[in-house]
Amino acid sequence: MAQPIIEIAHVSFRYEKEIVLEDINLTINSGDFLGIVGPNGSGKSTLLKLILNLLKVQKGSVKLFGQEISRFKDWQNIGFVSQKANSFNTGFPATVFEVVSSGLTKKLGLFKFMGKTDQAKVMRAIESVGMHEYAGRNIGELSGGQQQRVFIARALVSDPKLLILDEPTVGVDVKNVQSFYEMLDDLNKELGITLLLVTHDIGTISDKVTHVACLNKSLHFHGNTAEFESLNINEMSEIYGHDVHVLTHNHDHHHHHHDKGAGR
Amino acid sequence: MISGILQYEFLQNAFFTGMIIGIIAPLLGVFIVVRRLSLIADALSHVTLAGIAASLLLEKKFVGLSGLNPLYMGMAFSVAGSLFIEKLRAVYKHYQELAIPIILSGGIGLGVIFISLADGFNTDLFSYLFGSVSAVSRLDLWTILIISVLVIALVVLLYKELFLLSFDEEHAKASGIAAKSVHFIFIVMVALVIAASMRIVGILLVSSLMTLPVAASIRIAKGFKQTIFLSMLFGEISVLGGLTISYYIDLAPGGTIVMIAVLILIVTILLKKIAGMRPA
Repeated sequence: MAQPIIEIAHVSFRYEKEIVLEDINLTINSGDFLGIVGPNGSGKSTLLKLILNLLKVQKGSVKLFGQEISRFKDWQNIGFVSQKANSFNTGFPATVFEVVSSGLTKKLGLFKFMGKTDQAKVMRAIESVGMHEYAGRNIGELSGGQQQRVFIARALVSDPKLLILDEPTVGVDVKNVQSFYEMLDDLNKELGITLLLVTHDIGTISDKVTHVACLNKSLHFHGNTAEFESLNINEMSEIYGHDVHVLTHNHDHHHHHHDKGAGR
Repeated sequence: MISGILQYEFLQNAFFTGMIIGIIAPLLGVFIVVRRLSLIADALSHVTLAGIAASLLLEKKFVGLSGLNPLYMGMAFSVAGSLFIEKLRAVYKHYQELAIPIILSGGIGLGVIFISLADGFNTDLFSYLFGSVSAVSRLDLWTILIISVLVIALVVLLYKELFLLSFDEEHAKASGIAAKSVHFIFIVMVALVIAASMRIVGILLVSSLMTLPVAASIRIAKGFKQTIFLSMLFGEISVLGGLTISYYIDLAPGGTIVMIAVLILIVTILLKKIAGMRPA
């Protein structure tokens, strides 16, 4: 039986008078790979902040690993790769290994040094995102997509059960998006990590995700990917305001012609 | 020169102090540079000047205080200045760099007032501005040694936290490490090392010893640890080379040290250029 990792029930949220989220119901089970898509201003970031406890729940309830969020303590089980990871100082003189090691800072605790097992763990995290050849390279020498993988490895190194990614494909080349999703797919299938991915760009949601949720203040669609693809174009346009395509292996060229400004 | 060092205590003081400074100034300098705080060193050195001028003034006006070591007052001012910078950075959230000119000009203003109250410049003050080999006392050497042991121990113990804070301040805060405390300890260490360094290179040149070796190593180093190691190496070469040359041909040691650091920087830039031109 799949275990619920995130349970969102009847959540509404407003800033002052403006309603940002309205009656959201969403469950993410262990092993899911959920993609949440929605245009800018759809309440994606607010929903993420609620899940990460950066905002207090106003109405409804959010449970993490079966526990009410206000009482949830095991934050090391949740890895978060923020959009901001793209805006770090690219001239920073640190190797991939050093950057990923920094993900262990909190777990090791003050005045503790990395041991052999920690170093092995760092290497495993780097391997799991396919960056082992680059372990000794300076982070600034890598492409945007490679850097994003390194930040995922940094989140993975402390063994999270749930990994939350905010706009992870922003700095990634269009042609590398597919292999990026394959890497996420491996994390999901082989390491059994539950993934929650949030993006405004529906063109970057691939068939690698197991579930899709469309958000625009309220939840317009939540189901598995097959159902999502069979969604009537009219229904999608209602959410997005214009034509959309889902990135899949089979009709890959669709993606290349896809309007990158979708949802903007 | 070796015989000179064996023979004269002031030369021993100067060389050992120089060797220590050549290591700890670039060590902290690496964290300062990667956090884009290079100008903080300048601001704090000018605040240190105010402290030294205050100490010299007190010494002059109150005979009972004639034994006072200006280094201590300089350190006290420098640490206080660093705390003010932090406060100001919190006040001007969107103009954080404003804190630096505010403290810098405040430091100079205060220093100039103290200097004029003490009836102008004297050789003592001059040696603090530009550094002086003969002015380093045995007590200075011991003080600087204690500070450096403290600084090196803290950097080793807090290395993980300092790295994370430098690389990704947002993430450091979000991950729940004691970012504020670590930053506080760091900025106090910087203040102390600046006050300690000015004996050798002088107030006007202190920041160069924290930034030039780092600027050179950042061009060629692989990784953060190597950046630290190379920075300390370049710092050490600059200090020892500068002191030696200035001893033999009677140049100002502070200026000579800095010019060697500049030379190293130019060489690394050229080396990188040449390496880049070669087909890979």
